[in-house]
Amino acid sequence: MSLLQVRDLKVHFPIRSGTLFTRQHGSVKAVDGVDLDVPAGTTFGLVGESGCGKSTLARAIMRLVEPTAGSITLDGRDLLGLSERRLRPVRRDFQMVFQDPMASLDPRQNVESLLTEPLRAHRIPGGSVEHARRIRTLLEVVGLPATALERYPHEFSGGQRQRIGIARALVLNPKLVVADEPVSALDVSVQAQVINLLKELQETFSLTYLVIAHDLAVVRHISDTVAVMYLGQIIEQAPATALYRAPTHPYTKALMGAVPVPDPAVEASRTRILLRGDLPSPANPPSGCRFHTRCPWRQATRCADERPALRTLAPGHQVACHFAEEIAAGRIPPSTTAVSSAAAAPAAASSAAEPPS
Amino acid sequence: MSFLRVRDLTVTFTRPGQAPVRAVDGVTFDVGSGQSVGIVGESGSGKSVTSLAVMRLLPARNVQVTGSIELGDQDLLALSARQMRDVRGRDVAMIFQDPMTSLNPVLTVGRQLVEVIVRHDGRSVAEARRDAQALLERVGIPDPARRLREYPHQLSGGMRQRVMIAIAVACRPRLLIADEPTTALDVTIQAQILDLLRDLVEESGSALVMITHDLGVVAGLCERVHVMYSGRIVESAPATGLFARPAHPYTDGLLRSIPRIDDEERGMLHTIRGSVRDVVAWEHGCAFQPRCDHAVESCLGGPPPVHDLTGAPGHRVRCPRPVHPATPATGTGRSEGSA
Repeated sequence: MSLLQVRDLKVHFPIRSGTLFTRQHGSVKAVDGVDLDVPAGTTFGLVGESGCGKSTLARAIMRLVEPTAGSITLDGRDLLGLSERRLRPVRRDFQMVFQDPMASLDPRQNVESLLTEPLRAHRIPGGSVEHARRIRTLLEVVGLPATALERYPHEFSGGQRQRIGIARALVLNPKLVVADEPVSALDVSVQAQVINLLKELQETFSLTYLVIAHDLAVVRHISDTVAVMYLGQIIEQAPATALYRAPTHPYTKALMGAVPVPDPAVEASRTRILLRGDLPSPANPPSGCRFHTRCPWRQATRCADERPALRTLAPGHQVACHFAEEIAAGRIPPSTTAVSSAAAAPAAASSAAEPPS
Repeated sequence: MSFLRVRDLTVTFTRPGQAPVRAVDGVTFDVGSGQSVGIVGESGSGKSVTSLAVMRLLPARNVQVTGSIELGDQDLLALSARQMRDVRGRDVAMIFQDPMTSLNPVLTVGRQLVEVIVRHDGRSVAEARRDAQALLERVGIPDPARRLREYPHQLSGGMRQRVMIAIAVACRPRLLIADEPTTALDVTIQAQILDLLRDLVEESGSALVMITHDLGVVAGLCERVHVMYSGRIVESAPATGLFARPAHPYTDGLLRSIPRIDDEERGMLHTIRGSVRDVVAWEHGCAFQPRCDHAVESCLGGPPPVHDLTGAPGHRVRCPRPVHPATPATGTGRSEGSA
C-alpha cells in the first residue's frame, strides 16, 4: 500500500484578459493527468526541465495550489476532500523543504522561534520545556550546534540554512517530506553534505521522500523510483537503476545524454541526441504525443495525432511512447541531424543517448 | 607564445571604513591561440572577478587591480578607456550567465547585433544587417529575419543566449570569455549551447576561457583547467590529468563528492566539511586548511608555494601534501573514505 497515491491530478491555470469584463481564453495545463504511487519509506524522484510542471505538482500535493481535478490520498486519507480547516491538523503528516532557505525562512525569527512555531501552531502537547528539548535534539540530528538557537537565518551559510529548513520540516514528525530542489541553491562542495543528511534522516525517522530536482545525477543517487515529466505529464517512470541504464522514451534519452559527466574520457567518447528548439508553450501543447515536435524518432503515423498512454514495458517500468519497443530494439533510427558526437568515433545509433555505465 | 598572459593578477575591493577584500590574489595563467581553458570554482572563488578584470569591466571606484594582463602585444591594464572599447568586441568578447540582464531590453536584437559590426568592422548598416542575419542563422536561430526585429523578451532563454553568442562572435574575436554561459539554462538547452560553442571555436580558431562551477562542462570542453579557491588558483593541469589524478585535496574532494549520472553507487557521498566561508587568509596559510583532511600544522605557516607534480607535465598544485589516489579516480574510488 502506497503512502502517497495521486490519481489523474490536473492543475490548470486560467488565462484571462480584460480588467472589468474578464474573459477566460484557454488555460495553462501545468499538470495534466498525473498518477503517482509512493510506497512508505522510499524516495520518489521527479525530474524534468523548467516548465514541465514538476514544482506545480509538488505544490498541488502540498495543497499550496488547488488542483483542478483528480485525487490525492495520503496514508489512506483523501486530502482533496478536506476543507482548509479540516486539512490543517493533517498537515503535520506532510511537510515541505524548499529550494532557497533564505527565501523560505523568516529573516526576523531566530532559529529557536522558527523551530518552535510549528509545534505551537499544531498545539503539540508538552509545553515549552518539552518543546525546547525536542528542538535541541533535532538540531543535533541535522548537524547544527546548540548555539544556533539564538541566531538568525542571515548568520548562517547556505548549507546550514538548508539544515534549518530541513529541521523545520521534520519538527512535526511528518510521514512524507516533499523536497523541491533541496540542493540546487547550494555550492557543489556543500551539496553532498545535505544529500547525505537527507539519506541519514530517512533511515532514522523512516521518512518517505518525494524529491523534485532538475539534476539527474542527484536524483539517481537518492531515488528508488524516478519519473520524468514533460509538459505536465509523466512520460516515463521506472526503478532508478533500470531507468538510467536503459532510458526508453526519446525525451529521457536526450535528457540523460545532455548531462555532462566530470570525466574527459567519458565526454569524448559519448554521442548525444541534441533536441531541436525549445519547450512548446504549456498553454497550447502539441497534439498527440506532446514531445513529437522535438522528437528525433518521430514517425509519420500516430505521433502527431494520437496521445500515447503510459504503458508498462517491464515490471515497474512505464513509458508513454507508441514506438518504445521499436526504438529500444534499434528498428527505428533517430534522424541523423540530431546526433552529435564529441569524438570522431560514431557510436551505434540505437545506443546513442544512453549514458555509459 | 601565449595569446593571453595574466601575471600575478590581484583585485582588491576597498570599502571606506572596512577592511579591504582581496577577491583575486596573485592569479597567473596563459591561454594559447585557439586553446580552450576552463576556470572552475565555487561562489566566492574569484573566477568571475578574474574574467571581469581581463575585460576591464570592474568599476574604477574602490577597486584596485594590480599585476599584468597582456593580450597579444597589448598591455590591457595600460590602455585608456577609449582604447579598451576598441579591444572589447574586436579582440576579446564575453558571454555572460544571464542574457536577460546583459541584453538591452529596449533595443531590438538586430540593432544590438548591427551596433557591434558597424562599430568594429566599419561596415554600413545595410551590410551589417545582412551579416547579422547570417550570424543568427549560424547560431541556430530559426527565421532569423523576423528575429532581428524582435526584442529580447520575445525570445526564450536558450534563444537569448544564442543571440549573446552571435554578438560575441560577430567580429571574430581571438578570445572568447564565457562566464557560466549555461547555468541559467535547462540541460537539453545547455547541451545545444555547448555544442554550438564547441563548433564556433573550432571553426574560427578563437581561444575560449570557460568560467564555471560545473566540472562536467569543463570535462567536455576544455584542454586545460585551473581550479580556484578563495581567490587563488590551487591546481592547474591538462583536463585529462586533472580528472584522472586530482592532486589538490580540494579538487579531489570536489570530484569525489559530486554524484555522477553514470554511477550506480547509492551509498553516502564523500563530503568536504564546512563551507566556503571557513577560510584562512592566504598570507597566514592555506585557505582550504580548515576543511582539509590532509592538513597538518605546517599548512598554517604562511602561503603554500606552487610546485610541479613529478611525472605529470604541466600539472601544478598549490599544496605541499598533494593527494595521490592509488587508482585513477574514474568513479571506483569515490565512495571510500578519504585517504
